[in-house]
Amino acid sequence: MPVIELTVNGTRRRLDADPQRSLLSVLREDLDLTGSKYGCGEGQCGACTVLLEGQPTRSCVVKVGALAGKSVTTIEGLEAGGQLHPLQQAFLDAGAMQCGYCTAGMIVAGAALLRRNVDPEEAEIRKALEGNVCRCGTYPRIVAAVRAAAALGTRTTRG
Amino acid sequence: MAERDDGHDLVEAERYELFAGPSYRFEVHRRDFFKVLGAGLVVAFALPSASGQESGGARRGDALPGDVSAWLHVGEDGRVSVFTGKAEVGQNIRTSLAQVVAEELKVPIASITMVMADTAVTPFDMGTFGSRTTPIMAAQLRKVAAAAREMLVDLAAQRWGVDRGTLVARAGAVAHSPSGRTAAYGELSKGQKLAKAIGDDVATVPAERWTVAGQSVPKVTGRDVVTGRHKYTSDLARPGMVYGRVLRAPSVGAALVSVDTAGAAALPGVTFVRDGDFVGVSAPTSHAAAAALDAVHAEWKPTPQPSGAELFEYLRKNPTDPQGADPRSRVVTGTVEAGLAAAATKLEATYTVAYIAHVPLEPRAAVAEWQDGALTVWTGTQRPFGVRTELAEAFRIPEEKVRVIVPDTGSGYGGKHTGEAAIEAARLAKAAGRPVKVVWTREEEFTWAYFRPAGVIDVRSGAGADGKLTAWEFHNYNSGASGIRTPYDVPNQKIEFHATRYPLRQGSYRGLAATANHFARESHMDEMAHALGQDPLDFRLKNLTDARLRAVLQAAAEKFGWGKTKATPERGFGLAGGVEKGGYVATCAEVTIARPSGEVRVTRAVTAFECGAIVNPDHLKNQVEGSVVMGLGGALFEAVRFDAGEVANPKLSLYRVPRFSDAPVLETVLLDRKDLPSAGAGETPIIGLAPAVAGALFAATGARRRSLPLAPEGVRA
Repeated sequence: MPVIELTVNGTRRRLDADPQRSLLSVLREDLDLTGSKYGCGEGQCGACTVLLEGQPTRSCVVKVGALAGKSVTTIEGLEAGGQLHPLQQAFLDAGAMQCGYCTAGMIVAGAALLRRNVDPEEAEIRKALEGNVCRCGTYPRIVAAVRAAAALGTRTTRG
Repeated sequence: MAERDDGHDLVEAERYELFAGPSYRFEVHRRDFFKVLGAGLVVAFALPSASGQESGGARRGDALPGDVSAWLHVGEDGRVSVFTGKAEVGQNIRTSLAQVVAEELKVPIASITMVMADTAVTPFDMGTFGSRTTPIMAAQLRKVAAAAREMLVDLAAQRWGVDRGTLVARAGAVAHSPSGRTAAYGELSKGQKLAKAIGDDVATVPAERWTVAGQSVPKVTGRDVVTGRHKYTSDLARPGMVYGRVLRAPSVGAALVSVDTAGAAALPGVTFVRDGDFVGVSAPTSHAAAAALDAVHAEWKPTPQPSGAELFEYLRKNPTDPQGADPRSRVVTGTVEAGLAAAATKLEATYTVAYIAHVPLEPRAAVAEWQDGALTVWTGTQRPFGVRTELAEAFRIPEEKVRVIVPDTGSGYGGKHTGEAAIEAARLAKAAGRPVKVVWTREEEFTWAYFRPAGVIDVRSGAGADGKLTAWEFHNYNSGASGIRTPYDVPNQKIEFHATRYPLRQGSYRGLAATANHFARESHMDEMAHALGQDPLDFRLKNLTDARLRAVLQAAAEKFGWGKTKATPERGFGLAGGVEKGGYVATCAEVTIARPSGEVRVTRAVTAFECGAIVNPDHLKNQVEGSVVMGLGGALFEAVRFDAGEVANPKLSLYRVPRFSDAPVLETVLLDRKDLPSAGAGETPIIGLAPAVAGALFAATGARRRSLPLAPEGVRA
């Protein structure tokens, strides 16, 4: 199998993987990065959201063979030196979860939004996260968490 | 509980939940506790049915009583381990149960480990459903923790030779203030092997004096969730593990005729299994497993299945109860005919409810591992002991050889009572000779899990000129009996649930049929109010003496500003209330209709909820909010479309669930009744939304909609 080189959470990785495999399955099965979740397999729920070259991306529909030389950040890469990303902390403070299965994808998508817009309005948050499903229905809390992280003036250079 | 018929399980929601099989009895040996947990102190809660066990007394001999439902261990290091068979599926009971233990035992929450839903180490539990954790399990753990605290106080009294009345337990220690002495729980339990079984008669802290319970303690596993560190079943890996997939029939009831596996067998690392109608593969990656499954060619023979278009006629025409109606839920009071004869206004209407899917974001998943004939399965289920039984039966091995462990799971909503993925993973693991993980695809989850039952409900009613109900007749076909009784005061009633044959696999769902029954009942109440020319709130209150239900209706109406704003063709308001599983709910909804598109949105929802003494206000609010958001999907647009045994919309791109833009402004009024026992809250807040939305749509459009979902394509009127 061809070797694919990419950067994951700041570390260069050489992968022996079928290029047809999804990025999500490689992250989860080969790299033990299970924070990104499978939810639908068609890019409709956002549970698998990662940052690809800084852009929020549905890793379940991206083939790993197309990613040579690219940089990927997962939920595991947001925490730095035991310090939570401000949005991770904001989710805790807002109690913005129930079962938590969507949380990683929400935080990654929300962090991407905060990188391009340090102070998004509620409507902008809803629009940016519309592709992420929380079946437990904690949407208003998630919006509140993103607002709270923004209010902290939390432009982050990480990710 | 799962009868086989036409190849799919006949699981009827309420019957199934109420009669979840015989209780499994077992003896717990004292020495086993201490061997596993180390020395210290153990207190177990024995169910009242335990054979003649006197509560509060120390157990003679070596064994604790049989029907133990929960226990707690205080170790020599002062750590507290709490064992319960309940599963965490997002309702935050890992947190709320730790809170009640902390309250009674006087320890910090951080010193408590909740060991949950592991059939090898936790006591038998029927399952995490029916909103029973808070009223039953939490109450038992409270008593267990209180008894443990008293034992620790006794130990300190003995050690110091002082009167126990002079001792106080606090912060994980017993203190004797006259002498200034303090002993941490770990010091007191060191070297001890004390076991005690208790029953109901243990005094606990009244809600007015709670300091830990009653507080908004954050989710105890929150940090693991936001960092992605928490391992759900689907995240687990075992040494040598491979990935499994199962071949599915093209339609419900189709029989396997032949399988050609030549293509799959040629693939590297693939193990292929055919066992009766079960066909599956395992492979080194999930991608390889999917490719292997694609290479399997099977021929199926379909069997005739009901058409989706005739669903409701089918339900009506196919009763299965030989007595015509379920006697357990039947209500007959007075004579409906007499009540109708006395009525000034009479109404008759039929309501329908579509099949909907739970769509838990984590699909069914399991990791199975065999070792020396014993089976361990990690799986996301609400019934670990039930799944253990399913596995033991499937593989014809004793239950003692099966261990089921439930990691905190990516939600269930009543949809994960069964062990399909567990059985599949175990069968594949047996063939592969190594651990196998099976994670259902979303399409499998949409097609082969079970649904909330569809139903038809016929209602007839009559009211006098004074606006008092005189007659109430209510027949529910198939969707279930939960919440079927009316809380309103009606002298003449006939209420029946009719079991029927049904075309799709169906089972439990958050709130069960209480949503369908409240939709029909409260919609009908709304219709009667309009027929009488009365305000829907006034009409309800006129026919209602239940003080707790009146209280939530009035609280919701007040917060909402009920009656203050007039409906327009673009905006309507509706209201509904109900009581179920010990919780009282009222919902007021504002619906906005975009013109000319006719798109319907619920723009504001006020929910008043009362479930006795509140254990965790923020988590309760979270459950109420989540119920409303989930409920609006079923109210407005969710429906499983099917025909001839095939689901037509088995994908998230085809089956719409509520998203950010659907979430209304949510306002929640929690009535804290510290004088009443705590009831569960994960289900009941969902039941008021659909009828409130139906009422609001009528108020705006003047057209009555009697089918859920109410407006999947918007409204034209």
